[in-house]
Amino acid sequence: MSVPTLKQAPLHENTRIMGVGAYRPDVIVTNDDVCQWIDSSDEWIRQRTGIITRHRAPADISVIDMAEGAAREALQKAGIEASQLGAVIVSTVTHPYATPSAAASLADRLGATPAPAFDISAACAGYCYGIAQADALVRSGAANYVLVVGAEKLSDVIDNTERTISFLLGDGAGAVVIGPSDTPGIGPSVWGSDGSKWDAIGMTGSMLDLRELATAGKQGGALSAEEAAVTDAAVWPTLRQDGQTVFRWAVWEMAKVAQQALDAAGISAGDLAAFIPHQANMRIIDEMAKKLKLPETVIIARDIADAGNTSAASIPLATHRLLQENPQLSGGLALQIGFGAGLVFGAQVIVLP
Amino acid sequence: MASNEEILAGLAEIVNEETGLATEAVEMDKSFTEDLDIDSISMMTIVVNAEEKFGVRIPDEEVKNLKTVGDAVSFISNAQA
Repeated sequence: MSVPTLKQAPLHENTRIMGVGAYRPDVIVTNDDVCQWIDSSDEWIRQRTGIITRHRAPADISVIDMAEGAAREALQKAGIEASQLGAVIVSTVTHPYATPSAAASLADRLGATPAPAFDISAACAGYCYGIAQADALVRSGAANYVLVVGAEKLSDVIDNTERTISFLLGDGAGAVVIGPSDTPGIGPSVWGSDGSKWDAIGMTGSMLDLRELATAGKQGGALSAEEAAVTDAAVWPTLRQDGQTVFRWAVWEMAKVAQQALDAAGISAGDLAAFIPHQANMRIIDEMAKKLKLPETVIIARDIADAGNTSAASIPLATHRLLQENPQLSGGLALQIGFGAGLVFGAQVIVLP
Repeated sequence: MASNEEILAGLAEIVNEETGLATEAVEMDKSFTEDLDIDSISMMTIVVNAEEKFGVRIPDEEVKNLKTVGDAVSFISNAQA
């Protein structure tokens, strides 16, 4: 019996970022606001982190709302209808449902149904993970156009009174559309993980810990003093980090990853128009730029000063701003690198849309 | 293998580059935090650059024991031995 030859999806040789969109929520949190919660000063925070303000979303704005705002602009800039999307990827660690995904709802709101839609959990590397996947989906022929969104409402998972990470964080969303291209527009992704440092950044507890504490003693009737104490101790898990470990890893290991991304793309630092690292801390950005020996002609994204650290949203937000403030960068090469909780990392050289 | 004087000179260059402090100010008995006013992030940057320059590994848990410039010089010297 003869087996018929299968058809496989036609390949695309090249891909590119076609358009960038941003959503910045309008509650501005200043360093003086932060200093009501922790013993610090505007000067100390600026010096240590480079952050002057962060944007945070009010209670009635969700991760999906912000994702939608950024996605609509990205589609419009790309000149693509939502119905043309072959996949919708949302990178987030703050969509407050384990399931269903933010992406499925976003696809429906945009009118992209029945495009495949899924979330990815790669924290501050999430956007670069999304680009790696979108690039692969388009080149393999699995999708023609892919929407990648980084959206975070980190203000839901912070404890304003702790000092390791909360004061750095902001909310927001950034989005891009990836599609086929006549010329190469996305260099090889250098991405990976190091789970041996799983504890370096993360939540103070799991949802199961919360359930155990919150339900202890709530089986009807009055609580004993002991049960009440346990129930009162139930706290919403929030983010923590071991700042020194993360700083060292970011500066030392990530500069190497960034260099690998340049090498893989066959270019050198001098060929770059822009450097768009994850906006974690201005000092990390400065130190990475030094390690990479970036010439002064390379414009470095410093969106963190106003936006704070927005995890998966930080690179597309910074890209959006860079293009707004420096439209001449369009068509130039940018090195982007994300790194964060996992630990995970991802980097690519891209052509700016 | 670098002598203690060479390690001190190398560290002083790293500190100078990170903080702008004159290399002569970086003396063996100076405390990084109290005398040289170096914050924790600068300290990590100095550690990372010292590892590169001297080819040694300075674990995170060791960094807090490096209170003076002399502590760092002897740690690097021992690690190179």
